[in-house]
Amino acid sequence: MISAYIPIAIFVVVATGFAIFTLVFTSLIHPEKYNKVKLEPYECGIEPATDARDRYSIRYYLIAMLFVIFDVETVFMFPWAVIFDQLLLFGLIEMMVFIFILVVGYYYAWQKGALEWV
Amino acid sequence: MPPGISLSDFYYILPEIVLTAGALVLLVVDARLPRGSRALTWVTMAVLLATAVSLVPFRNTDVEVSQGLLAVDQFALFFKVVFLVAAAMTVLMSERYLQVEGASFGEYYFLILCSTLGMMIMAGSIDLISAFVGLETMAVSFYILAGFIKPNQRSNEAAVKYFLLGAFSLGILLYGMSILYGVSGTTNLRTMATVFVGHERNPLLVLAVILVVAGMEFKIAAVPFHMWAPDVYEGAPTPVTAFLSVGSKAASFAMLLRIFVEGLPSMDADWRLLFEMLAIVTMTVGNVAALTQSNLKRMLAYSSIAHAGYLLIGVVAGTPRGISAMLIYLLIYSFMQLGAFAVIVMMRRKDVVGDELKDLSGLYHRQPFAAFAMLVFMLSLGGIPPTAGFMGKLWLFGAAIDAGYVWLAVIGVLNSAVSLYYYLRIVVFMYLKKETIGSEPTLSPALTLTLGVAVAATLVLGVYPGLLFDLAEASARTLGASGVTAAIR
Repeated sequence: MISAYIPIAIFVVVATGFAIFTLVFTSLIHPEKYNKVKLEPYECGIEPATDARDRYSIRYYLIAMLFVIFDVETVFMFPWAVIFDQLLLFGLIEMMVFIFILVVGYYYAWQKGALEWV
Repeated sequence: MPPGISLSDFYYILPEIVLTAGALVLLVVDARLPRGSRALTWVTMAVLLATAVSLVPFRNTDVEVSQGLLAVDQFALFFKVVFLVAAAMTVLMSERYLQVEGASFGEYYFLILCSTLGMMIMAGSIDLISAFVGLETMAVSFYILAGFIKPNQRSNEAAVKYFLLGAFSLGILLYGMSILYGVSGTTNLRTMATVFVGHERNPLLVLAVILVVAGMEFKIAAVPFHMWAPDVYEGAPTPVTAFLSVGSKAASFAMLLRIFVEGLPSMDADWRLLFEMLAIVTMTVGNVAALTQSNLKRMLAYSSIAHAGYLLIGVVAGTPRGISAMLIYLLIYSFMQLGAFAVIVMMRRKDVVGDELKDLSGLYHRQPFAAFAMLVFMLSLGGIPPTAGFMGKLWLFGAAIDAGYVWLAVIGVLNSAVSLYYYLRIVVFMYLKKETIGSEPTLSPALTLTLGVAVAATLVLGVYPGLLFDLAEASARTLGASGVTAAIR
C-alpha cells in the first residue's frame, strides 16, 4: 500500500525543489533596478487611486452575507435536481420544507430592514 | 418514499420538529411585533413547553430512527428534559438582563432555541455525522450568543475567542472521527462497537481516541483545554454564560458517553486511563484557580471546570451506577449553577455591572431571599448536606469506589473541601459585610420564579433524592444496552 504513494512523494520533492531552485537561482542572477511604478501593487494594470485600507459601509457586509446564505441554497438544489426522478413526491416535499425555512429567514431579514440601503 | 425512510422516522423526531417549527414561528412573530416587546418571552416559553409535551409519547421507547442516525431512548430523553429545563430557566432570567443592556429579544431567543435543538440532537445521536451536526448547531448559536451585547467590547472578545478556539477544537475532533471512520468503515457508533470486537490493539485507533477525547474535553471545558472558559464566561452576557455552562456541558457529556461507551467499549482501557488523569487534573486546577478570583463569573467558570472534573469520575467508573450518578449530578448541577447565575443577573442594574465579589456585599440586608438562594446554591456547589449537591457527590464518589477507583474518590473529596473556601467567601460577603454598592437590586417576577424553582429543586433533591434515582438508573441502562457494550461490561 505504501508503494502506491511513491509517485506522490516524488512529486512533492520535485515541486518543492523546483520552487526553492527558482527562488535561489533568480535571486543570484537578476539585476536590481527598482522604480516607483515597479513597486506599486498591481491591479489589472490600472494605477491605484487611493489607499487600499479604506472604510466602507457595514451594509456591504450585510448584503454580502445575505448573498452567501441564499446562494448556498442553490448548491443544495443542484444535486437534488439531478436525482429528482428517484426522489419524486417525497423529495419535492423535503425541498419545499427546506425552501420554506429559507423564506422565513428571508422574510425576517426583509422586515428587519436588512435589505434597505441607508 | 425512498428506501430506508418511513413516516415513523418523522414521528420519532417530533420533539425536534416542534422545536424547529416553534423557532421559525418566533422569528415571524418577532418581525411583526414592535422592537422590545415582552410577548416574545412568552412565545419562547410556549415553544419550550410544547417541545416538552411532545416528549411525553416517547417516555418508554427505545428505537433507532433515520437509518441509525438517532436513537430515541431513555438516555436521550433524560438529557432532553435537562436541556429544556435549562433553556426555560435561561429564558426567564434573560428578559430583565436584555432590557438593562438594551439588546433585542427576537434573535436572542431564536438562538437559544437553536442551541437547544442542537443539544437535543447531540444527546440522541448514535452516529458520528449526526452528533457532529448537532454539536455545530449548538456551537454556532453559542458563538453568536456570546457576542450578543454588541457595544460591549468584552462580549465581542468572548465571541471571537470562543469561535476561534471552538473551530480549532472541532477540527481536532473531526480528525479523530475521520480516523475512526477510516479504521472501522462506518460512522454508526453501534456498528463500530461490533466491528472492533476482537480487533487487536491498533495504534491508529489509540490516536483517534486521543484526538476525540481532546475535542470533547474542549467542549466540556476540562483541563488542559479549559483556557477559553474563564474569558468567555466572563465576557458573555450572564444568562448566556449560565446556559453555556449547563446546557453545552451536559450535551457534550451526553455525546461523549455515546461515543465512548456505545462506540468504543473495546478501547475502554485506553480512554479510561485518559479520563482518569484528566479528571484529577481538571478538579485540582479548577478549584485552585477559583480560589483567587474576585470576579463572580470567572470564579463560577473555574468552579464549572472543577465540576467537569467531578463528572468525569462517572465516565471513568463507566458502570451503569457511575453513569446514572453522573446523570443525576448533571441535573443537580444545572439547577444550582443556573440559580447562582440568576442571582448575578439580578445584580446587574443600570448603574452596577454586578459581577464582582464586592458587589454582593450586604446583599442580605437588601434582598434577603436572593441572599438565601445564593447561600443554598453555594452550599450545594460545595457539597454540604442537606442540599442536592451533597447527594450528587455522594453517589458519584460512591460509584467510583464501587468500580475500584478509591483514590479518585479521595481526590474528589479533598477538592470539595478546597472549593468550600471560595463558595463560602461569597456567603461571608453577602451576610457579614455591611457596606453596599449602587442602587437597590430588585427581583422581577420571572427572576423570582427562576430562583424559587432552583432553590426548591436543590433542597428537595437533597432531602428526597429517590425521586430521581430510578429515572437516572433506567436512562443509564439504556445506554449501550444493545449487544456489545453490555457483553464487555
